[in-house]
Amino acid sequence: MDRLDAREGVVTFGALARSGFRRWSTYRQATIAGAFTNVVFGFLRCYVILAVAAATAGGLAAGYDAEQLATYVWVGQGLITVVGMWGWTELADRIRTGEVAADLLRPVPPVVSYLAADLGRFGHAMLTRFVPPMVVGAIFFPLYVPHRAGTIPLFLVSVVLGTLVSFAGRFLVNATAYWLHDARGPIGLWTLASGVLAGLYFPLRLLPDWAAVLLYAALPFAGMLQIPADVLTERDGPALQAGLVAVQAVWAAGLLFACARVQKRAESKLVVQGG
Amino acid sequence: MADLRAYGALIGGQFRSIASYRVSFLVEMSSNAMTTALDITTVLVLFGANRSVAGFSLAEALLVASLSSLGFALADMLVGNVDHLKTYVRSGLMDVILVRPLGSLWQLLCMDLPFRKALRVVLALVVLGVAIHLNDVDWTPGRVALLVLSPLAGLVFFGAIFVLSASLAFWWVDSGELGSAFTYGGRDFTSYPVPVYAGWFRAVFAYALGFGFVAYQPALALLGRTDPLGLPAWAGYLSPLVALVAAVVAALVWRAGVRHYRSTGS
Repeated sequence: MDRLDAREGVVTFGALARSGFRRWSTYRQATIAGAFTNVVFGFLRCYVILAVAAATAGGLAAGYDAEQLATYVWVGQGLITVVGMWGWTELADRIRTGEVAADLLRPVPPVVSYLAADLGRFGHAMLTRFVPPMVVGAIFFPLYVPHRAGTIPLFLVSVVLGTLVSFAGRFLVNATAYWLHDARGPIGLWTLASGVLAGLYFPLRLLPDWAAVLLYAALPFAGMLQIPADVLTERDGPALQAGLVAVQAVWAAGLLFACARVQKRAESKLVVQGG
Repeated sequence: MADLRAYGALIGGQFRSIASYRVSFLVEMSSNAMTTALDITTVLVLFGANRSVAGFSLAEALLVASLSSLGFALADMLVGNVDHLKTYVRSGLMDVILVRPLGSLWQLLCMDLPFRKALRVVLALVVLGVAIHLNDVDWTPGRVALLVLSPLAGLVFFGAIFVLSASLAFWWVDSGELGSAFTYGGRDFTSYPVPVYAGWFRAVFAYALGFGFVAYQPALALLGRTDPLGLPAWAGYLSPLVALVAAVVAALVWRAGVRHYRSTGS
């Protein structure tokens, strides 16, 4: 198999990402329905967390004030689909049906081509699924406006890193299908873990300190939602804020490396299923 | 009689499928139970941080959450799979269902009864037991009846919500996740005391859509607490009635949907 040179590689990556974007932009009605659902959950979670803050001494829950908490909730609702926390079974399905064989014939390694498509999906979700909850949230609740100049750019970096972490995690649980044939178990566990451990249900710092530290650093999930939300709400000083993004970067790099290794191992043993 | 045998055959098929994929069944059953455990954990974390939220203690909140959880777990197991209607409409399987001489809704439910969701019901029952134990309930015959009736009313109510949101697919195949806003959204809404919410959002979900009567009002009646939002004490006993109304609406909408259905032609 010929591998592409650098320039061709960039062009191909761009084309794959664009087609990923277009693929999602065809489901217009489902996009609207999904954004509506994110908004309803935004109201729910926002009221609950604000009631918790109101009942806490000083109105601070886990060190976030009411505006930061509201922002936390609405950013979280926006990011669910942007980072793509749930519902990706494409690779596992293709492994089970044997269609993955076609991916291996292409001159682009599967990890790269799936990543390109996922970044296209990310771009589409950023426009259609991140913006609506943020706008609704801003209309109905006082949200936190970042004070530091570096916060917004750092937030964008953090969201991209979160998407990489999420992609790599999803790729790995899907790739278990190379060995298990049916990856529903691992995918289910990933889905289950990511909701609570990414900080979607409640900010992780509501937990005891040792547990929070463990979940921020020792597991990748916080990188998908908790850390981007912390960055935007300026929960910590500039140093820790940047440090959290660095933790995300380490996880993203590590998991993507693991994806490449796992894919390589799989290719050396793969017996294509079906016809 | 022949009808019953046919439904029996549909359900029997389910058991045979479980028997051939045992490990898969066990894994799915435990991860299903974990979702309920996580919902309850969320309530514990949010209320555990403080002594009382919106005037409700952790024990009281747990009672609300467990009543909601039990009703939802029952409905999700028995009716939740009506969710797949979108896929059936899209793939044309709905045509197959409609030409059989059995009720379309009952067939859909029996074709895919998720027994893997049974463990959740057990877990929700245990949490309800703990919540009852933590709260000092002054038992009267009325309250005992209410304790038995309100999870059943929750089952009927959430079942109606499941059927209603699935019916959307008759008119709008691409409704995607919209239904989840009311099924899973409803579960989350009912997991917390209603005074936690505010404004028109509370008015719509709690009273207009009736979610306030699933767990919150019955819990108040069980605890003998007056409603800070001003509904009278007997409002808790309304939950079966609210559930009945929801079921009737759902049945009518389902019928209208089936009549409106014109196959996707695939």
